[in-house]
Amino acid sequence: MDTKISINGAIKIVQADADTPMLWVLRDDLKMTGTKFGCGMALCGACTIHLDGAPARSCVTTLSAVGDKAVTTIEGGSGPIFEAVKKAWVDVDVVQCGYCQPGQLMAATALLANNKTPTDQQIDQAMSGNLCRCGTYQRVRLAIHAASKSIAIG
Amino acid sequence: MKKRTFLLTAIAATGALIVGWGVMPARQRLMGSSPLPLTKGDIALNGWIKLSPDGSVGLIMPRSEMGQGTHTGLAMLVAEELDCSMSQIRILPAPIDKIYGNVAGLAEGVPFRPEDQGAVARTTRWTMVKVMREMGFMMTGGSASIKDLWFPLREAAAMTKASLVNAIALNWKVAPANVKVSEGIFSAEGGKKISYGDAVTKFGAQLKPADKYELKSAAAFTVIGKPLKRLESGEKVSGKAAFGIDAVVPGMVYAAVKMAPQLRGKSTQIDASSAEKMRGVKKVLQFTGSQDATGGVAVIAEHYWLAKKALEAVKITWDVSETNSLSTAQGMNAMKAALDADTGFGFYKAGDVDAAMSSAASRIKAEYAAPNLAHAPLEPMNCTVEFKDGKATVWVATQVPDFARNAAAKVLGIEPEAVTINVAYLGGGFGRRLEIDVIAAAASIAKQMPGQAVQMIWSREEDMKHDFYRPAAVSRFEAGLDSKGEVVAWRNVSAGQNIVPQYMARNAGLPMGGPDKTSSEGAFDQAYEFPNVRVGHTAVDLSTPIGFWRGVGHSHQAFFKESFIDECAVAAKSDPYEYRMNLLKNHPRHRAVLELAATKAGWALPLAPTTDGIKKARGIALHESFGSIIVQVAEVSVTKEGSIKVHRVVCAVDCGLAVNPNLIAQQMESAVVFGLSAALYGRIDIEKGVVQQSNYHDYPILRFNETPTVETHIVPSSLPPEGIGEPGLPPIAPAVGNALFALTGKRLRNLPLTLV
Repeated sequence: MDTKISINGAIKIVQADADTPMLWVLRDDLKMTGTKFGCGMALCGACTIHLDGAPARSCVTTLSAVGDKAVTTIEGGSGPIFEAVKKAWVDVDVVQCGYCQPGQLMAATALLANNKTPTDQQIDQAMSGNLCRCGTYQRVRLAIHAASKSIAIG
Repeated sequence: MKKRTFLLTAIAATGALIVGWGVMPARQRLMGSSPLPLTKGDIALNGWIKLSPDGSVGLIMPRSEMGQGTHTGLAMLVAEELDCSMSQIRILPAPIDKIYGNVAGLAEGVPFRPEDQGAVARTTRWTMVKVMREMGFMMTGGSASIKDLWFPLREAAAMTKASLVNAIALNWKVAPANVKVSEGIFSAEGGKKISYGDAVTKFGAQLKPADKYELKSAAAFTVIGKPLKRLESGEKVSGKAAFGIDAVVPGMVYAAVKMAPQLRGKSTQIDASSAEKMRGVKKVLQFTGSQDATGGVAVIAEHYWLAKKALEAVKITWDVSETNSLSTAQGMNAMKAALDADTGFGFYKAGDVDAAMSSAASRIKAEYAAPNLAHAPLEPMNCTVEFKDGKATVWVATQVPDFARNAAAKVLGIEPEAVTINVAYLGGGFGRRLEIDVIAAAASIAKQMPGQAVQMIWSREEDMKHDFYRPAAVSRFEAGLDSKGEVVAWRNVSAGQNIVPQYMARNAGLPMGGPDKTSSEGAFDQAYEFPNVRVGHTAVDLSTPIGFWRGVGHSHQAFFKESFIDECAVAAKSDPYEYRMNLLKNHPRHRAVLELAATKAGWALPLAPTTDGIKKARGIALHESFGSIIVQVAEVSVTKEGSIKVHRVVCAVDCGLAVNPNLIAQQMESAVVFGLSAALYGRIDIEKGVVQQSNYHDYPILRFNETPTVETHIVPSSLPPEGIGEPGLPPIAPAVGNALFALTGKRLRNLPLTLV
C-alpha cells in the first residue's frame, strides 16, 4: 500500500506498513540515516524529528500517525534558527561521538523556534529527553544560549 | 632499539606520494601486508601520510573515532611537523597491518607501579613493548592513541617535509636551511614560493628520503597545544557522519535478533512456521554465540521493522543450563568467601605490613563493593556483512578492526585477507566495541544469505542484556595509624573476575597466563607513600561475561581507595586535602595537581548553600591512571527526599604535554558524566543468569538537568603526552562519596551511591 508523506518539503511515497515507526520509514525505506535509533522507547531522544515544527520521537510515531503533517529531519533542517543552532554547535565544539546530536539539534531548534530566549530551566525542560552518553550537556546548553544570542542579533 | 627504516615511493599514475617506514622486516609480518588503497603497481607500503597533487594531506588513520577526539589530535601531530594547514588534512582508512598496532596501550598491561624503575620492571616493560609491536593488534583503547603515535607520526611527517625541502632547495639552488615552511607553503628569499600540492607534482617522482630530519621542540609548536576544534564536527552536526548502523549497501536486507535471556545460553528449537509467512521475511535461523557470547534466533527481512515483527512470531525453546545458577548475590558471596579464604596475588608489597599493623596506635577497617555495569553506548550493537563469491565486506563501528576481520573470516570459513573491514564512526565505544561477538553473530547470519549484505541490528534490550560487563568487585581495607593519625600500615585485598584472560582468549585467540594487572590497577599502583603496605587481588571464577569498561580496574578501585583514604583522614581528624598532600611529600607532580584543584575549587573557602538554602559540601579525590594524574573536587547537596545532587566538579589534570586543551576539557566533561551515571545509578543485576535491566529507564544515565558544571584546569607539562579518554572517570565516584560524608556523616561503601 502506498502512503504519501511530506518530508523536508518534498512528497515521498513509501510502501511501509501503517504501524511502522517513522524512525524506520526514514532510515530503512528512505535510507535517510541522519535520524538515529537509540532505544526504541522514546527514552533517549536520538530519533527526534519535527512534525509541523514540533519535536516528536520518531521511534514511537507511526507512519499512520503522521498523516498530513510536515516531517522535518536533520537532513532537511533549514532557516535562520537551524543555521544559528548548527553554527553555535560548531563554535562551542559540542560534539564528541556525535550519535545523539541530530536528536539534540532537532530538539534545540524546536525550542528556539518556540522561545528565542529560553532560561536555563526552560532549556532543561526541553532538552532532558535527549540523552548523551558522552556528556556533552554543558556544551549543548552553552550552544543554545549562543544560538539564542545570534538569533536576537539577527 | 632498532632504528626505523623509512621507505618512500611515488605513485606515478595519480601523482600521490606515500610516505612510510618498515618497522619490522617482512618475514616478521605474520598477518601479511596489505597495500594502501592507491598504491597501484608500486611497492606495497604501510605508510602513514599520503600527499596529493591537489594539496591534500591524507593521514592513514588506524584508530577509531568514538568521540574521544583521536582523529583531530593525531591530525594535529601531522600538521605540526609538516607545517601544513589543518584544513589540508584528510582522514583516510588504514588497511589492517601490524605497524598500526597499539603498542603503548597494550604494553601498559605489566603489573608494575608507574614509578618502578627497577631492573625487572624495566626489562618486562621493554619485552612487552617488543611483543606488542610484534603482535601489532590494531586496537583503539587504553587511552593510548596520542601517547602511542606521538613519535611515529611526527617522525613520518618530519621526514616527509625534510625530503621535500631537500628537493625544493636543490631546485631553487638554496641551502635547505633557507627553505621555510608555513601553512602548507614552502618559501625562500627572493619571493620563491611553492605549495605542498605543486611540490608533489613537480618533485614527487624523483624524491629521495631525507637522511636527516628534526622533530620540532615544544617551544616551536604552532599547532600542538592549541585548543583547536574537532575536525569532524561539521559532518556530525549535519547528520551526514556515518556510524556503523548507517551503512547503506545496495540490495541490503535487515536482521532482527533475539538472544537467549540467560547469558551464554542458546536456542535449541524454533517454530518459524508463522514468521516465515509474514510479509518481507526472507529467512528465520538460529545462530551460535561466539566464545562467552549468547546464541539466539535471527529473522532476515527486506525491512528492519518487518524482521522485528516476524521475530515476535517465532516460538523459541531456550537452553538455560549454562548460567541458570548465576546471580549477583551468588557472585558477591563468592567474592566475600574468596577474601575470607585467600589474600590473593600480591601486586605490591613494601616494608612489613603485619608487624606495623600490630604495633599501630589504632586500626580502621572497611569493606567496599561495586556492581557489574553495562556500557550502553547510544548506538546499539549492529554490524553489516556481505558474503559474496568467497569474499566478505564488513561495515561496523569497532575498536578492533583486525580482531573483527579474524572473527568474520573464521565464521565464514575464509582467509582474513578475503575480508574487508570498513570502520565507521562509533556512536560510543567505552570498551564495548573492543569485542568481536557482534561481528561473529552478523557473519553467522550473513553466511546463510550469501550474495546480499545483511545489516544486523540489536535492540537496546538485547544490547543491555548481552554485554561484556564491568566486573563486580569487593575490596577489604585495613589501615594502621600512628598517634598522629598517619598511615603506618596499609593492607588491601580485592576480589573479582579477571578480565584479560577472558578477553584475550575470545578476541585474540590467545591464552594469557600470569597476574591480570587490570584486576588491581587503581589499588596497587598509586603513589601514596605508605611505609608498610600490601595490596593484593584474588581472582574469582564466575560465569558472567566481562570485558573492558571505561577506566577498567580503575573504575571501581579508585572509589574504594579514595574513600578509604578519606576514612583515614577522618580518623586522623585531618583535612582530606592536607592528608593527601602529606602522603605525597616526595611526589611533586601529584602535589601540583592536588594544589591546582584545591585552589580552583576554593577548597579552603566556605561553600555557599544552594539558592534554596540547602547545604552543600565538597569532596576531593586524586587518582592516577593511564599515565595521567587527575584530582577532582565535587560540590554536592542532598534534597529533602534524599536525592544526591552534584553541582560542580573542578578537575585538575596532569596528562603530560597537552596536545589539545579543548579535547582534554571535553574528555573531563565526558568522563565525569559517564562516571557520575555509574556512581549514582549504575547497576546490573543478574538473576538465574538473566540480566534484569533492559533499557534507559531501568539502567538510567545522567540527564541534561542532572549534570554538574565541569571545569578543567591543566597543569603545564613538557613530558610526552599521556592518556585522557579514561583518567577523568575514576575520581568522580569517590569525590562525590567523600562530599556526602562531609555533608551527612554517612560513609557509603557500595556503588551506586544512595542515601535512601
